[in-house]
Amino acid sequence: MTAEAPTKVIGKALKRREDPQLIVGQGNFLDDIKLAGMVHAVVLRSPYAHARIRSIDTSRAQAHPGVVAVFTGEDMLDINPLPCAWAAAGGRVQNNLNTPRALAVGEVHFAGDAVALVLAEDRYVARDAADLIDVDYEPLGVVVDARKAVEPGAPQLHENAPNNVIFKWDCGDAAATDAAIGSAEVVVREEIINQRLLPTPMETRGALARYESSTGEYTLWTTSQAPHVMRLLLTAFVFGIPEPKLRVISPNVGGGFGQKIFCYNDMAFTMWASKKIGRPVKFVEDRSENFKYSTAGRDHISDVEIAGTRDGQITGLRVQTYANLGAYISTIAPGIPTTLYGRIITGVYKIPAAYAHVTGVYTNTAMVDAYRGAGRPEASYLIERMIDRFAAEIGMDPAEVRRRNFIQPQDFPYHNGMGLLPYDSGNYEPALNRALEMVGYADFRAEQARARAEGRYLGVGLSSYVEICGVAPSAWIGLPGEGWGAGLWESANVRVHLTGQVVVTTGSLPHGQGLETTFAQLVADELGVAYENVVVEHSDTAGTPFGYGTYGSRSAAVGGTAIVKSTAKIKEKARRLAAHMLEASVDDVVFEDGKAYVRGSPDRSKSIGEIALQASVAYSLPEGMEPFLDETTYYDPPNCTFPFGTHIALVEVDGETGAVTLQRYVGVDDVGTVINPLIVDGQLHGGIAQGVAQALFERGVYDDNGQLVTGTLMDYAIPVASSLPSYELDRTVTPSPVNPMGVKGAGEAGTIGSAQAVMNAVIDALAPFGVKHLQMPATAERVWKAMHG
Amino acid sequence: MSTITVTVNGKAHTSTVEPRTLLVHYLREHLNLTGTHIGCDTSQCGACVVHVDGKSIKACTVLAVQVDGASVTTIEGLAPAGELHPLQEGFWECHGLQCGYCTPGMIMAAADLLQQNPNPSDDEVRHGLEGNLCRCTGYHNIVRAVQYAAAKMRGDEVTA
Ligand code: FES
Ligand code: FES
Repeated sequence: MTAEAPTKVIGKALKRREDPQLIVGQGNFLDDIKLAGMVHAVVLRSPYAHARIRSIDTSRAQAHPGVVAVFTGEDMLDINPLPCAWAAAGGRVQNNLNTPRALAVGEVHFAGDAVALVLAEDRYVARDAADLIDVDYEPLGVVVDARKAVEPGAPQLHENAPNNVIFKWDCGDAAATDAAIGSAEVVVREEIINQRLLPTPMETRGALARYESSTGEYTLWTTSQAPHVMRLLLTAFVFGIPEPKLRVISPNVGGGFGQKIFCYNDMAFTMWASKKIGRPVKFVEDRSENFKYSTAGRDHISDVEIAGTRDGQITGLRVQTYANLGAYISTIAPGIPTTLYGRIITGVYKIPAAYAHVTGVYTNTAMVDAYRGAGRPEASYLIERMIDRFAAEIGMDPAEVRRRNFIQPQDFPYHNGMGLLPYDSGNYEPALNRALEMVGYADFRAEQARARAEGRYLGVGLSSYVEICGVAPSAWIGLPGEGWGAGLWESANVRVHLTGQVVVTTGSLPHGQGLETTFAQLVADELGVAYENVVVEHSDTAGTPFGYGTYGSRSAAVGGTAIVKSTAKIKEKARRLAAHMLEASVDDVVFEDGKAYVRGSPDRSKSIGEIALQASVAYSLPEGMEPFLDETTYYDPPNCTFPFGTHIALVEVDGETGAVTLQRYVGVDDVGTVINPLIVDGQLHGGIAQGVAQALFERGVYDDNGQLVTGTLMDYAIPVASSLPSYELDRTVTPSPVNPMGVKGAGEAGTIGSAQAVMNAVIDALAPFGVKHLQMPATAERVWKAMHG
Repeated sequence: MSTITVTVNGKAHTSTVEPRTLLVHYLREHLNLTGTHIGCDTSQCGACVVHVDGKSIKACTVLAVQVDGASVTTIEGLAPAGELHPLQEGFWECHGLQCGYCTPGMIMAAADLLQQNPNPSDDEVRHGLEGNLCRCTGYHNIVRAVQYAAAKMRGDEVTA
């Protein structure tokens, strides 16, 4: 084996290895799996947003032909409610933790709450039978708005949470901020609403459980972004059984966007029911159930004050936020509007005094937890909207205000004073300048003025964002007071088989991100093997090391680093073994481009394949060396990574109808080193689409009775192709010093950067009408009212 | 129960179904053709698009009994085994899919679109796919993928 080292693949736009099966219909999604003897589960859901359950009569449903069993919450009292990470950590949630049970017991707290479970031979029959269950409800008072929920006299959801308050949390320097605002030349105040969003992965969620009585073992196939964590939570907290008794497998997952991180009741009730009836049980949500029951995102109401000088220096920022967390606390819900929001509220700016106070609130709505960006889009929207408000107030170009307040390159690592680890690296101005150049900002104002004279309203909107990726470090996220329960390190095992085939197993897992491709690229270059010879295995707790899963744009920075560290260990062992094979001193042997050779005489070399073979057959190894090239790493990063960039939207508002057209969308992102530009751009496209959708189309709406008005895709407007433009992207590259590859993360940047670019553009277009702020989404009706009201 | 005879991907099937059985469930549950997906319950998402007698339809909005005697093509039958339709190739080349859940429906809808309009503008592609939702890609690369396929099917030079 003296083949040339394969060409390097990091940085190449390789097409994805995940795709061949998906484009021909051979994907294997949850609902595609059929097991012998499997029954279908349907959930009867509460029509009331808040009610006491007086009685449930399941007899007619039980008697329905084809029904196997019907269960209620009372039947499942032998398992515990679902856990919340904040309880484990002794965080600031005190004694008022109300998490959902597999099925509700005694009281329902939102419309869609799970009341009974029907198991039948066929899903149509199960649905028919669910209609035959009689539940006697006593309706109770309902509150859906976080600000109203904390008012005296509001309906109370849980006895142990007076005024529906889950927690009060703060960060920053309250006194300094009060002083800065009190003495400022200019103060701008605004109520900023970050509306509820429904994540809407195109595949809904579900679970399929099989219990084997002979071994007492469960297997759970579920649409999860974090199968190892599900195993831990379900065994240790919900069922109280040894961890090895459960194997969790995520099959192909049809998009997650955060909604599929969490531990859900269906995981628990399919497992419980499978044991009870001795058959596999499958539950898959339909879309309206996904909207009604699975977690939503955002839903903040904030009172914001920004202070500064007339010449554009920002001196203070004070934020008071009510975060609606829904009827129960989801798995990591309290961590989103606190750790991932309050701590980055100052964005890309050096703000000498800042303070954020967050009240987490129960309401009679579906649970709220992480949705793409998770806290960071809310923070970014808020500061970027306020910067524009401030710029308008002092009559300065918003690009100039940004420039004057940017954290400067020499300031990194930068401490923002909000209790976050330091921003790792950054250089904000080049990205801003490039984006301005791409949109032709210098000429735009003249064009805007011409258009206004013709009665056409054009607007430009800027967004300079920074976000937190690689959410993992135990030094921060694992701190007891931070509330997450653990550092979110990641694992990877790399082994080189006797055939030279490299197998990577990782706790990270893709659900659209192309991690198999990206990780194989990394390993191929690190070990100097052909990309085709690297296999990446994931998504099954059997056969992969424990890992925290894929979310928070962490898989390249944390999971990828775990892989690279394992390859480094492999290379070191290979070098030692090669020295032995070459009868050279270890110190004289170097490993490079897939082979180990004696320094100064590259002909005396052994390829990684030869070394792997020798390590496997193992008849001649150096004293004390174990056979096989097989290395595992559990990587706990010292810091997060902080991608940044500037996005600019150009819009036209129709003066007659208020309709907004997004004419151009430019994004200049810095996600550090790029492993696969095709995949990174794809992540940015999708992320931008979701942020644009928040600005223009989407809003999860409950009426005063707690009914979800946007309960189907007919009412909840995720964008179609014709409502979005092509995206014009460019990037700057500021490698992260935190990991050896210099990657930062790209999964959420698009979403974090985009909503405010569009809203700032809409509001800029409406300047002739005296409009200073508008809440999202900027629907035609809202815009028209703002123009004419 | 009703008995229907349907040709699916070139193969005739005679099946007994409930009159209320949706075509999408017939394909997925009775014939095990799980490439056709379900993403909604209100006929919005297009994850379920198949061709009936050469025209794209949403299989969640048609009853199995309505296709009695018809010929159905699903994503599994769009190209012969081991080969890719230009659209499948285009989606792969242009990164037109991420999670891949919308992809079968998207490709089937695009195939019908290109039959009707072999040389569409980007705008026509975007409007032509309005019945199909994708949450991952932001559509940018889906438009490129369809244009790649259109060019290839016209015999033009293609670029990813
Ligand atoms: S499943 Fe959504 S349109 Fe058919
Ligand atoms: S690729 Fe995931 S929904 Fe389209």
